[in-house]
Amino acid sequence: MTEAFEKVEDIEIRLLLEALYHRYHYDFRSYAMSSVRRRLRQVRDNLGFATISAMQERVLHDPQMLPIMLRYLTVQVSEMFRDPSYFRAIRETVVPHLRTYPSLKVWIAGCSTGEELYSLVILFREEGLEERTLFYATDINPEALAQAEAGVYELERMRLFTENHRQAGGKTSLSDYYHSGYNRCVLDKSLRRNVVFSDHSLVTDQVFGEMHLVSCRNVMIYFDRVLQDRAVGLFKDSLPRNAFLGLGAKESLRFSEHADAFRDFVREEKIYQRTGS
Amino acid sequence: MTSTAKGAVIIGASAGALEALSLILPALPATFPLPIFVIVHVPPHKPSVLADIFNAKCRLRAIEVEDKEPIEPGVIYFAPPNYHMLFEDQSSLALSNEDEVLFSRPSIDVAFESAAEVWGAELIGIILTGANQDGARGLQAISKAGGTVIVQNPEDAYAKAMPETAIAFSPQAQVLSIADISAYLMSNSG
Ligand SMILES: C[S@@+](CC[C@H](N)C(=O)[O-])C[C@H]1O[C@@H](n2cnc3c(N)ncnc32)[C@H](O)[C@@H]1O
Repeated sequence: MTEAFEKVEDIEIRLLLEALYHRYHYDFRSYAMSSVRRRLRQVRDNLGFATISAMQERVLHDPQMLPIMLRYLTVQVSEMFRDPSYFRAIRETVVPHLRTYPSLKVWIAGCSTGEELYSLVILFREEGLEERTLFYATDINPEALAQAEAGVYELERMRLFTENHRQAGGKTSLSDYYHSGYNRCVLDKSLRRNVVFSDHSLVTDQVFGEMHLVSCRNVMIYFDRVLQDRAVGLFKDSLPRNAFLGLGAKESLRFSEHADAFRDFVREEKIYQRTGS
Repeated sequence: MTSTAKGAVIIGASAGALEALSLILPALPATFPLPIFVIVHVPPHKPSVLADIFNAKCRLRAIEVEDKEPIEPGVIYFAPPNYHMLFEDQSSLALSNEDEVLFSRPSIDVAFESAAEVWGAELIGIILTGANQDGARGLQAISKAGGTVIVQNPEDAYAKAMPETAIAFSPQAQVLSIADISAYLMSNSG
């Protein structure tokens, strides 16, 4: 690939992201360029567009193109009790603090298809905290949110989820929370009793309440540094002193301008506690 | 080369990686002037000990990367289990948990292709032992971008498939023994 050609593609990408923003208010302009570029090339190749500019034309005039673009631009990879040691650490070190509050609010930001949410709801139920907790599950991808709300997963994934749950210190059998049929498993409706699902973007929306715990895993890896600072700023404003923030296994506040507003709580698991500053 | 050397080294390895890397990385001097990225196929659901092992064995600092890790010369960066490693620019890394590519996350192809965009002709790409096809497309991308491409001689690789496929995709690659790969890097270390 020649230098000049590469630059043309970057211009096309920037224009396409502008188009998405102005037409639909989805703002991917400050996402990490390396993976946006990769995924837009996939759209182009898989859908048979000659260029990224051709996709821009279509996106502007055909609203049906939006969900397709969102499917590519927002990476929907998740798993129940993903990184079991994270959930074990929440159970063993965060839950004892949360017990001291009469009521609790938990925000799962970028909840994707719901796996992380249900992991926390089940954990809270096992620890006797679910009744007093309100869970906010938010994402920008409406299809993912709808799936999260439905709570239906492929049966074959349950083996991994069950093993993760066990390693996360699960006190019950995961099968207590779902019934299965037709190669699907349907999570118990009662798990959604205290959940509010809502469309919320860490890029364009504001804080909506005070939380005791924010869990935002593997979402900010898709943002550039400036946008990460905005998102962490939202978490900072949502969390009163001593409240908790959990990130993905390979994310950290080391490079954040808000690093001082948090202290390491469980360092290896990327669980932080809000300080007074 | 001096400390103003530009560029980067990127290495992909799978089955037999530990032994092959043990013959290359610990030999590098503390003054090695380029960042070195290493993508090894590791099991997704366990922490990897590679960075710790090589940090103990090498004169260079070896770390497992986190998202947005700054890139510095003379540091060995290992891709973490269950994430793809990508490059934003010559000074910063990004991770992604996009789908596996060729059953691999981290994927050698994904990292090599991204590095090729960022470093172009200043990149040295190396494919070592492995029993799959990963890395062949990535090495080809480096070659197309004008970078230097090197493949471990399949005859002395623990697993031949990965170097063989890489050579098939990039016939112009230099095919070297581990000792020669090591010597090549040393000759680039000022
Ligand atoms: C890889 S998934 C992470 C799922 C889950 N948190 C986990 O770790 O298993 C990333 C999610 O971030 C969501 N996302 C991307 N941009 C976002 C934004 N600006 N605000 C909120 N969520 C966003 C995507 O739609 C996707 O569901």
